Amino acid sequence: MIEGFVALYIFILAAFTGYEIISRVPETLHTPLMSGANFAHGIVVVGAMVALSHAHTPAEQALGFVAVLLAAMNAVGGYVVTERMLRMFKSSQGGGE
Amino acid sequence: MSFVLETGYLVAAVLLILGLRGMSSPRTAHRGLTWVGIGMVVAVLVTFIRTGAGNIGLMLTALVIGGVLAAVYGRQVPMTAMPQGVALFNGMGGGAAGAIAAVELVGGATVGGAPLVLGVLGALIGTVSFAGSGVAFTKLQGWMRRPVRFPAMPMVNGAVALVAVALGIAVIAGAQMDPVLGAYFAAAVALGILVTLPIGGADMPVVISLYNAATGLAVAFEGYLLNNPAMVIAGTVVGAAGTLLTLLMARAMHRSVFQVVGAGFRAPEAAAETG
Repeated sequence: MIEGFVALYIFILAAFTGYEIISRVPETLHTPLMSGANFAHGIVVVGAMVALSHAHTPAEQALGFVAVLLAAMNAVGGYVVTERMLRMFKSSQGGGE
Repeated sequence: MSFVLETGYLVAAVLLILGLRGMSSPRTAHRGLTWVGIGMVVAVLVTFIRTGAGNIGLMLTALVIGGVLAAVYGRQVPMTAMPQGVALFNGMGGGAAGAIAAVELVGGATVGGAPLVLGVLGALIGTVSFAGSGVAFTKLQGWMRRPVRFPAMPMVNGAVALVAVALGIAVIAGAQMDPVLGAYFAAAVALGILVTLPIGGADMPVVISLYNAATGLAVAFEGYLLNNPAMVIAGTVVGAAGTLLTLLMARAMHRSVFQVVGAGFRAPEAAAETG
């Protein structure tokens, strides 16, 4: 599906995208955005699920279980923490804008 | 059916990108987070259908335990402790990337080519991020007050890094036996710990941001190994955005990223000035 130069194109275009979308972020948003990016790579849960789904031996199943467990914590924890940060951010703005 | 599932991944990837862009502006930040969340849910649902019912009991157990633990901790962590919360959850993501590679490699079934090289490299990056984020967490939590340095540290760190690279090359060359894989992951954990130990607490936000970018890259590389475009795109976007964010944060704090990260590779006298 993703092979050779196509893989390279996807990588480079996604890298440019990542660079562009945050190139004008104000300093006050540095930490919430870091937290949001942390949540976004919680997408690793998808890969962990794939890996566990085709694990056969007990060793593979154990590793796959750990992968899904850690990835679920990344995704859920990343969301909860970011949401709390942004809520605080919103209230500290106090509708002054 | 396959078409619908692939479209689901595409929608998820677009939502993640748009969401992150929304998060870079104060007015749209909260909406952006919601979009990332929806994208994540779509990706997980698609994956559920795509993977069939393989190990479904284990999968649901891991998802529920992990999700509940993280939600409980994330809700009760004090506002002042948010940076270490991010460090903790970021480390989990890096560890997950490493564990994915371990599952794929431990059977010895992985064949050569670019996906294997990227998967092995992603395992190193993810595991270093896992261990390094753990050290960052303990430092910010106040469990480790002072940077840890010893005179031979630059040499030890250099040696561990070389061993990790050598073992990685061996794994790529086909040495996918349990002892070799175990040593590879152990070297990666040691490297993550050793590199982070000598960095002072004031520099931790920059370090966490850097490990955040590293986890993104690791996720992208494991995406190549698993042939999963949603992981490749989201991971790469986070890797690039995280790298830029690290540079911006370092600049705002008048720090140099290279000075911060290089603390473990310099003699203690020189490192003390920047710590």
